[in-house]
Amino acid sequence: MESKKYLDDISQIKDLMNRSSRFISLSGLSGILAGIYAITGAIVTYIFLIPKNEGYVTLHSWNFKIIVGILVAVAVLSLVTAYLLSSKKAKKNNEKVWDETTKRLLISFLVPLVTGGIYILIKLNSQHYGLTGSLMLIFYGLALVNASKYTIGNVKYLGYAEIILGLICAALPGYGFWFWVIGFGVLHIIYGSLIYFKEEKA
Amino acid sequence: MGLIDNINKLFDHRIRLGIMSILMVNEEVDFNRLKELLDVTDGNLASHTKTLEKAEYIKIEKSFIGKKPNTRYSATALGKVSFKKHIEALEHIIKNQ
Repeated sequence: MESKKYLDDISQIKDLMNRSSRFISLSGLSGILAGIYAITGAIVTYIFLIPKNEGYVTLHSWNFKIIVGILVAVAVLSLVTAYLLSSKKAKKNNEKVWDETTKRLLISFLVPLVTGGIYILIKLNSQHYGLTGSLMLIFYGLALVNASKYTIGNVKYLGYAEIILGLICAALPGYGFWFWVIGFGVLHIIYGSLIYFKEEKA
Repeated sequence: MGLIDNINKLFDHRIRLGIMSILMVNEEVDFNRLKELLDVTDGNLASHTKTLEKAEYIKIEKSFIGKKPNTRYSATALGKVSFKKHIEALEHIIKNQ
């Protein structure tokens, strides 16, 4: 009898520690969709916007502006999808989407991400676009690792994978586009599917 | 017998156990957040936090945000050590059943 009560105590402690400091409702489906948006954006860019003969997109060309537009659209769509699907899942789990934990989660995610974004824009302005793909992967990976302490699950491994990919990308100049497709497209789909099937089982 | 001695009577209560669990993993938590997580009434929560404060397991800081009073709670070093001991005692008892 006594020991049953102590067992309940332990599980209550665990439950409250998790609920008060971690967000458990990140949706796997939103990861898959983010990957699909990224790959769609990349296909459009590859077919219509990258000049075939002369391998450069200059900063003031309309191509460049459309590419930036596509990047922003992919990012916004992914975030909105993640928000909508996660809040749906949170409601099902009786969790609040907007509380102390998710606020911290968002801040710790955005600090490295926005820093990286601004850094890349500064570099682009001084005509250094060679490392853009690598920098995006690295800063995104750091943002994930940093935010992962407020989530349950394996977001940090996705973060490590993005960082490693970004570093390899930096060592192999000229393939930034393809590394970007792998990092933001393929990895998201793989990671999202893993989470998604785990959710289905649970 | 030694193990039972490590069970801390103060933590042997659902709400106080909850308050400590939350304060172990959060630096600072305010009254409303505690209330929401533990699903208790104002009076109930206030009396249990007072008990824990008296034992010097938690620190209570009162301030104002605009005109609204804001009460923030954090675990003291003593509180953290005591709570860890309590958890260890619980685990030992369960394992040795």
